[in-house]
Amino acid sequence: MSPTSVPTRLLATFGLVAFVAACSSAPTTATTPDTFSVWDPYPQFTAESDWVKTIEKCGTEAGVKIGRQAYDTTDLTSKVLLAAQQRTAPQVLVVDNPVVSTLAEAGVLKTNEEAGLDAKQVSPNLSAAGSLNGQNYGVPIGANTLALYYNKAVLSAAGVDPASVKDWDSLNAALAKVKAAGKKGITFSAIGTEEGTFQFLPWFWGAGGSLTDLPSGKAALELWKSWLDNGYAPNSVVGNTQTTSWQEFATGDYAFAENGTWQLGNAKKAGFEYGVIAIPGRTGGTAPAPTGGEFVTVPVQDNKDTEAKAGKIATCLTAPDKVLAADTALTYISAVPSVQQQQVSANPELKVWVEAVKNAKGRTGDNLGTKYPKISQPLWGAVQAALTGSKAPEAALRDAQASAK
Amino acid sequence: MRSRLAGWAFLVPLVAYLAVCYAYPLFTNLDLSVRGYTVRSFVHGGAPLVGFANYLTVFGDPTFRTALLNTVLFTAVSLFFQYAIGLAAALFFARGFRLSATLRALFLVPWLLPLIVSASTWAWLLNSESGLVNAALKVVGLSSVNWLTSPDFSLVSVTIANIWIGIPFNLVVLYSGLQNIPREVYEASALDGASGWQTFWHVTFPLLRPVSAITLLLGLVYTLKVFDVIWIMTKGGPSGSSTTLATWSYELGFGNALPRFGPSAAVGNVLILIAVVAGLLYIRVQRRQELS
Repeated sequence: MSPTSVPTRLLATFGLVAFVAACSSAPTTATTPDTFSVWDPYPQFTAESDWVKTIEKCGTEAGVKIGRQAYDTTDLTSKVLLAAQQRTAPQVLVVDNPVVSTLAEAGVLKTNEEAGLDAKQVSPNLSAAGSLNGQNYGVPIGANTLALYYNKAVLSAAGVDPASVKDWDSLNAALAKVKAAGKKGITFSAIGTEEGTFQFLPWFWGAGGSLTDLPSGKAALELWKSWLDNGYAPNSVVGNTQTTSWQEFATGDYAFAENGTWQLGNAKKAGFEYGVIAIPGRTGGTAPAPTGGEFVTVPVQDNKDTEAKAGKIATCLTAPDKVLAADTALTYISAVPSVQQQQVSANPELKVWVEAVKNAKGRTGDNLGTKYPKISQPLWGAVQAALTGSKAPEAALRDAQASAK
Repeated sequence: MRSRLAGWAFLVPLVAYLAVCYAYPLFTNLDLSVRGYTVRSFVHGGAPLVGFANYLTVFGDPTFRTALLNTVLFTAVSLFFQYAIGLAAALFFARGFRLSATLRALFLVPWLLPLIVSASTWAWLLNSESGLVNAALKVVGLSSVNWLTSPDFSLVSVTIANIWIGIPFNLVVLYSGLQNIPREVYEASALDGASGWQTFWHVTFPLLRPVSAITLLLGLVYTLKVFDVIWIMTKGGPSGSSTTLATWSYELGFGNALPRFGPSAAVGNVLILIAVVAGLLYIRVQRRQELS
């Protein structure tokens, strides 16, 4: 390399960098595309599934072709943010409900008013996750939530009547009996991700805790910790996802498992008789569980016509007659009360889940919005710190509250 | 003039490649780390320059010390054992017994497996409840260990898995290094009556030094940025006990619904800086070796 070539090479390099940068920020064409892209977090559905057929039907009704792309749900947020930055966001986006307020805050989503969407048909506790600063973004496609699955054989061998579990004391008594009978008590997921917080919230809210004052829910963390200390719950819960926790329950050794509506299909395949009860509040009643499930939203485009058509597709996807097929495929509870009744009459087993969904609470509700992720992360950290014994429950929550600000 | 132009033309593909695949991403990462991005300004632009504020946030975070210490421990222990076991295996296979080629090929399996497969397998083996390792411990009368769910063991567990994955690379490179040591040197040392141990310390090891240096440097750069193994096995937990700079950077940027791109990029740049320093150190050492 000759000494003079260095600056010239550098210059050429920077020229190219500028060129690439300029390319990437060039505006896309402002005409309505022939093919509308729809992104969803359901990679389990292939092109032959009812869900994809529904999307295509809705596209045909709006007069456009559909290019559907499925992503892993944890990838979808960053994919959408990047796409929006490059102005290549999809025309219709189906996204996990706690992410909606973040995307709305980022200015990625159209309000329902502008996109011609209407969430009035949906139960208010479910559409709440989509409101930010008095505006609504998107319509829930359906909802899932958490409850306690139980293994009938394990409970009857231990002499426990599932109907007796009404509050935390009776649950603890049941777990003690199960352990005395030589079986394992309960499994759940306390992993250091959003899943961990999701699973902790029913107990946290059931103890009267508030997400703006984390130490107020210390009773819940003390309960979980006592389960590990007493051997009611395995130590593996600290690393369990909801899937691995389900696998533990599926071994047939466990009396209870905290898990979601979406496991109903697997429960039938587990090879033992199961039942479902609502998660009890500390002093009785049903604890509010967090709502899960996705929202159908319309991302901002450069063209009003495109947005209007996307709004039509989104409305079609969440219409009561279309949404039943999607919710059945996902084993979700519909967000529309009338469709919930249809679901229960078709499958009485869903009754307990419909009740649970009615009691459920959005994580980003209580006007938390984009503050929720900043609270959720320290919260799952606190749960892990307490369960592994590195901090006492109350101290862990106090530290989490301090770093959530 | 023409030949100058031709020269430039030949240079263009390389320069273009370097610019697109190295300079631009690096520049973007630096830019991210000195701006105060919110999700809104990430999408719509206009994030203000904040200088070193993101770096100060990162350095002031108690997680930084844990992550840095874990990174150093993870890298140093991984490198030591990968190199030691890789070298031992290379010496063993260099003797060229029957089936040695087949066995050596089998040794490469960890390298060929996709990381998601090997990391998940390790996570299964080390599971507290149903893992094979704890089952084996129980058989020999030891109490089970919470490999992945105890803050005292999580870093140990991911390090063991990473050592296992790194051995084949060390084996292959060191084995080919051994092949390049002339036979005559060994004959001479045998004639002088050197024992096996003496031959290793005074012949094999010094003659292998250049190969060892490059193996360790490549291993260092590679191990510093190991992310998949840790993320799949422990997610950096429980409560941050196996967080390294690489997993922390990911966690900041993509770990929750509200990405913090600035601090995430800052941590990434700290990692790059450490790797660059290691690279420069290697070049210095190599120069000194060439001079002497």
